[in-house]
Amino acid sequence: MADAAALAVGPGTFPRGVHPEEGKELAAEAAIEVLPVPKLLRLPVLQHIGAPAKCTVKPRKDVTSGEVVAERGGFVSAAVHSPVTGKTAKSTNLTLPNGRHVEAVPITPAADQPSAEELYAGVLGGDWPTQDLPDLAPEEITQKLTDAGLVGQGGAAFPTHVKLAKNDKKPVDVVLVNGCECEPYLTADYRLMIEAPRAIVAGALLAARAAGATAVVIGIEDNKPKAIEALRKACVGTIATVKSLHTKYPMGGEKQTVPAALGRIVPTGGLPLDVGVVVINVGTALSIARAILRAAPVTHRVVTVTGRGIQTPKNLLVPIGTPLEDLIEFCGGLRPEAARVVAGGPMMGFTVSDLTTPVTKGTSGITVLTHDDVRHARETACVRCGRCVDVCPLGLVPTKLALAARHELWDVAKRYYMTACMECGCCAYTCPASLPLVQLIRMGKARLPK
Amino acid sequence: MSDDSDQSKQAEPSKPEGEGATKPESKEAAKPEGEGTSKSQSKAAQSGTADAAAKSKAAAAAKAGAATTSKAAAKGKKGKAAPEPPKGPPLGVAPSPHVFNTSLTTRGMMLDVLIGLVPVVGMSVYAFGWRAVLVIAVCTASCLAAEELFTRMRGRKATLGDFSAAVTGVILALSLPATVPWWVAMIAAVVAISIGKLTFGSLGQNLFNPAMVGRAFVMISFSKFLGAPAYRVAEASGILSQATPLSVARDSAAEIPGLMPMFLGTVNGSLGEVSALACLVGGLYLCIRRTASWEVPVSVLGAVVVLAGLTQALAGPDALAALPALRLTVLQHLTGGALMFGAFYIATDPVTNPITFKGKVVFGIGVGFFVWLLRSFSSYPEGLMFAVLLMNALVPLINRWTVPEPVGGPVPERT
Repeated sequence: MADAAALAVGPGTFPRGVHPEEGKELAAEAAIEVLPVPKLLRLPVLQHIGAPAKCTVKPRKDVTSGEVVAERGGFVSAAVHSPVTGKTAKSTNLTLPNGRHVEAVPITPAADQPSAEELYAGVLGGDWPTQDLPDLAPEEITQKLTDAGLVGQGGAAFPTHVKLAKNDKKPVDVVLVNGCECEPYLTADYRLMIEAPRAIVAGALLAARAAGATAVVIGIEDNKPKAIEALRKACVGTIATVKSLHTKYPMGGEKQTVPAALGRIVPTGGLPLDVGVVVINVGTALSIARAILRAAPVTHRVVTVTGRGIQTPKNLLVPIGTPLEDLIEFCGGLRPEAARVVAGGPMMGFTVSDLTTPVTKGTSGITVLTHDDVRHARETACVRCGRCVDVCPLGLVPTKLALAARHELWDVAKRYYMTACMECGCCAYTCPASLPLVQLIRMGKARLPK
Repeated sequence: MSDDSDQSKQAEPSKPEGEGATKPESKEAAKPEGEGTSKSQSKAAQSGTADAAAKSKAAAAAKAGAATTSKAAAKGKKGKAAPEPPKGPPLGVAPSPHVFNTSLTTRGMMLDVLIGLVPVVGMSVYAFGWRAVLVIAVCTASCLAAEELFTRMRGRKATLGDFSAAVTGVILALSLPATVPWWVAMIAAVVAISIGKLTFGSLGQNLFNPAMVGRAFVMISFSKFLGAPAYRVAEASGILSQATPLSVARDSAAEIPGLMPMFLGTVNGSLGEVSALACLVGGLYLCIRRTASWEVPVSVLGAVVVLAGLTQALAGPDALAALPALRLTVLQHLTGGALMFGAFYIATDPVTNPITFKGKVVFGIGVGFFVWLLRSFSSYPEGLMFAVLLMNALVPLINRWTVPEPVGGPVPERT
């Protein structure tokens, strides 16, 4: 039985990385508000990594809140549930911000919905026990998570029941809860940590039981002292502990958080599972607690609407499937200087070209950037200054990779380990010659011959 | 916000469709045909003239026609009619990342080098007066002119704005003696830019340090203007009539000048090398600004210190008799000749040194080794130029040998 504090022996930081302007002051003090129920929800069947879910509900049918509308499409897949009581319609296709075309189930919410206070209390509020959790076997927990359609809420949306499934070949001893939120502007996880810390700890403890871990470490960047304090209080008397981490981008990337918090290096091409760790986001932990302790599937999530291009930045509790334009309207709309709407943060997020796109389980925030924010000089020649090498958190040579991709020199690309790149954006952020390093590497990865 | 777009619709009813089908770009774009027509017609009714109504009908018909073709041509992401875009500012799409550190630019780095050269240029003007100004001006102007001329001949866009030619010009000038004829300086500059830089491509693609290529060319072609005789101008007075400390060191009978004059810059030498102090000050500025990677000068100087120290400790009297240059002490090596200047300004040229930390250390050690070797054993008093050129040739190999392993190890082989 290892003590969590004894396992949290990482140096608290990782080599290299960058310090973009934080921008968190825009929404950090905005308490989570409940979005008024939208007129129409559209639930995509693919909101996660893996096989799309299979639509099981017929059109023009009445559904209740929490009812399954699409069941898992395979092992690595997740079910989709209706967030509201309402009526379905014929499923249509839509485009997600990452460019994928998927089927979506439209649901028109009924007139009678829970009030904002009731919704908040049900999802985030109320009492969350951190002691005397239900004594369920790991398999029971993962089954309940499967039924609840749990996926990671940090952005990648990997099905949680697969992540937590006990693996005899690769035993897990630590669950690492990722409260870093290293992307600029985003504050959804921060507000969750302040407003529902006990729920996060409860969910993390249940995840530990499911994975067979004996300790929980919660990693939080040190620019969030209030969150660190709230979670430290919630961890009292449990096997969980909080580790304060140096504020740097991309501290929240699991290949950086695991070494920083626990001192274990995740092998290239591998997973934290290879070093006995499972990483979950604080939002995922809350959803786990909700699924096990309140028998509620994943139906709502907190989304930050922020950036200098939105009238009033807010953190909103929204039903999955809400069109982005509803969130933007509730925040006062776009300012005239808005130039780009990004799903996620400014370093790795996808630009949104259609504001009717719905919020999915993995949408952590909408960052509205202005022309000044995205201003980028025209590309000039690489002078091999080496600044990209100075900042790459994985120790790669981005300029060699990007120029190899551009000139199709695949032996150079392999020699410099192109497939190890995590596309964090540190290199392109820094490049004095404004080279589109990340885009070139992405293109190179797609075209790299096997 | 809806008011704004309504007004603009009244002002320009006939805006062309453009690529509105795929992006919610302009306020007029991608309206479903029926709606567009009726809206502009109702605007025309509001503006109250039959002319306007006729115009907007025709415009709407043209728009409708354009809408069909552009919708058919630009199939869009769905393969069906694009939804009506929301009113508001036009939004763009782009790949991540979306924010940048705009304080860093290539031109900014070149300007930094020029700022770092100010102490050295200052000392050279102080020591050599108008000759320094002449040589620096001729070299810089010739480099700029050569780059503009040859860039135009290659049919490429002008590149003078990145200041790299100016930097090459100043560094080249500072590596030449004060007595060099203006036409030799000009030839050096033209060769530096054309052969040293542009034959490899544009900025960032050359293998050899351009200033050193230019200098090597004139050193070999016009050796009497650049070799030891250039530094001993009998008719002149002051330091111009002295031999350089390193050439003095080769004559076992002569006494090497004191350390303080060599450090401060009251001895003879090329324009930039005389004051080790000025080079140090400017060089530290460049290292702090990270325009120069500190590991290069540290490795160069470190290698020379170690080798000179070993020589100082181990050279016996027979060796010293045969090779008087071996009597140079560590500090004399550091303050005499172009080592300081080269370590901070020439060896640190980012284009021609390796891309990783380990690579730069290897490069620096190699430069230091060759400087010591050439100073001690060759017929030249100074070895920096050839040391840098030799190591430049090895940079691609050094890069290959020092490919860094990613955190987490190499990419596993697919099984």
